[in-house]
Amino acid sequence: MTLTVTDLSVARGGIPVLEGLSFSLASGKALILRGPNGIGKTTLLRTVAGLQPPLRGQVEGAEDQIAYAAHSDGLKPTLTVAENLTFWASVFGRNGIEQALDGFDLQTLRDRQAGALSAGQKRRLGLSRMLVTGRPVWIMDEPTVSLDTASVAMFANAVRAHLGQGGSALIATHIDLGLEAEVLDVGPYKAKPPEIDDFDGDFL
Amino acid sequence: MIALLLRDLKLALRAGGGFGLGLAFFLIVTVMVPFSVGPQSELLARIAPGVLWLGALLACLLSLDRLLALDWEDGSLDLLATAPLPLESTVTIKALAHWITTGLPLVMAAPVLGVLLNLPAAGFQWLVISLLLGTPALSVIGTFGAALTVGLKRGGLLMSLLVMPLYVPTLIFGSEVARRGAEGMAVQTPLLLLAGISAASIALLPFASAAVLRVNLR
Amino acid sequence: MSIWEYANPKKFLATTEKVMPALWAGSAVLITVGLVWGFFFTPDDYRQGSTVKIIFLHVPSALMAINAWFMMLVTSLVWVIRRHHVSALAARAAAPVGVVMTVIALITGAIWGQPMWGTWWAWDPRLTSFLVLFLFYLGYIALWEAIDNPDTAADLTSILCLVGSVFAVLSRYAVNFWNQGLHQGASLSLDKKENVADAFSNPLYVCMAGFVLLFIALVFYRTGTEIRARRIKALMARERLEA
Repeated sequence: MTLTVTDLSVARGGIPVLEGLSFSLASGKALILRGPNGIGKTTLLRTVAGLQPPLRGQVEGAEDQIAYAAHSDGLKPTLTVAENLTFWASVFGRNGIEQALDGFDLQTLRDRQAGALSAGQKRRLGLSRMLVTGRPVWIMDEPTVSLDTASVAMFANAVRAHLGQGGSALIATHIDLGLEAEVLDVGPYKAKPPEIDDFDGDFL
Repeated sequence: MIALLLRDLKLALRAGGGFGLGLAFFLIVTVMVPFSVGPQSELLARIAPGVLWLGALLACLLSLDRLLALDWEDGSLDLLATAPLPLESTVTIKALAHWITTGLPLVMAAPVLGVLLNLPAAGFQWLVISLLLGTPALSVIGTFGAALTVGLKRGGLLMSLLVMPLYVPTLIFGSEVARRGAEGMAVQTPLLLLAGISAASIALLPFASAAVLRVNLR
Repeated sequence: MSIWEYANPKKFLATTEKVMPALWAGSAVLITVGLVWGFFFTPDDYRQGSTVKIIFLHVPSALMAINAWFMMLVTSLVWVIRRHHVSALAARAAAPVGVVMTVIALITGAIWGQPMWGTWWAWDPRLTSFLVLFLFYLGYIALWEAIDNPDTAADLTSILCLVGSVFAVLSRYAVNFWNQGLHQGASLSLDKKENVADAFSNPLYVCMAGFVLLFIALVFYRTGTEIRARRIKALMARERLEA
């Protein structure tokens, strides 16, 4: 399953931020997105994930294939670690959370309430959610925030294993994960001010 | 779908989930009524059906603002939107969970509060039936309001302003059933209209709620 | 040459600027003529005396209160289907005009009601429906004001307008039903056929035409303001992009 992005332009709050992006992501590959803050990486990821419509261009091979991990982990503080994971597994029509618990060293915390976890532990739980979805394309926005070195290695291993099983990953991050991955700097794709449109649209 | 329903019910029942707050509010409002209008039992008996309906409506309304906002804040809605479950089902399940944790307890508590307000004996069954038919509509309409205001910092007040006018037909027919029942009149017409509004709201509004949620998510 | 050309903000502004003086003048002339004719050159009603003459304000404003909502419904639909920004902005521009018309209708109704019915307010179905319409307007305007992103606001308010319209119609019937249930036969409501005699109807039509023109002029004017506000926003965003 290949994710293909063709001539994509994305907008945040109605204002174009990135334009003319094209790339494709074959199974077994990872793509790292880089670029300064505010350039529109999150907007790009949300567009690829199908949460917002693109301004122009196409995203193919994403529907019902992607698992999305944002800044916030979607965890419920009053549910335990295991309950949180079981919920997301069943939403995606799967069961079995052991692999995810093992992969992110969460076995000892499984009956702890998510609200009682540290920031790094929460993040690990949030990332382990990707494993229970069973989706082939991982789309991740700054996944290593608040992780220590050991946890970052744990995460890199999980991604490597996922790629090994024929999955793929699109990751916006600033740190070096030690992955064999292509790097795409989105800086050059920064949107130019919109053309003066004579018809409807941007009122210029 | 079941997983989402079970999770929402679990969350409501756990500490800080707010289960029972709506019920407590309903009780308080009902208890305050005699203090404001006086203790004459004929007067209370006459206004009881309407007061109980209004109390149930307000209790429903006040418990709505956390319905989607919590899932919005912690990112769950983003994840649910990319899950295999269509958003239409998600909002329907959310409304159902709200009804089970808020609407249903209100229906069951209403007869007890009816006693406090001297509701005539004939009125009890119609009060329960009208609430049973009407509260699902309140939950579904409220979910639409919650979806409209989900991204706003202080959406609670605005939501009340948006939802209340939408509640007018349900309130009118619902309390009409309860009132006519209490006075021993025929209830068929308002009962059918109430059921019609409920059925139509449940069938159609989730599409509007999901559309609105998609707009808010992007 | 299709009607959608006017969905271009530039074209819309250029065209409305040309017709607006005529609209302002037309509405001023029609309303003045209608009111003067109505107030001074019609006989007093045999039952209501001169108080009946408030209909020359009351009826046209009530008419426009409903038509404004209807116009918002149509423009909301156009926005949802064809996504012309001017359409969404016209809906936004019409709402405050509609709410003012509703308030005028309610206030003139109260002023009329006091001498005729002996009360400023009665929960008559027609009065109640207008009050509910007023609440719908408030919610709609509040939602526009609450949301920063103009496209999001346009989408959400359009859907609210569509859903609200259905519930507004439902409320109208519910209120009719409810009041019948309260007092048998609405003794307070006015039987139109009986009240509006021929002598009154002609100046009333003139006033109604004047109010229609006034409404159109106001909506054009306010839509122009909204377009310019959006243009300022777009220019500022453009500046930030260039920086």
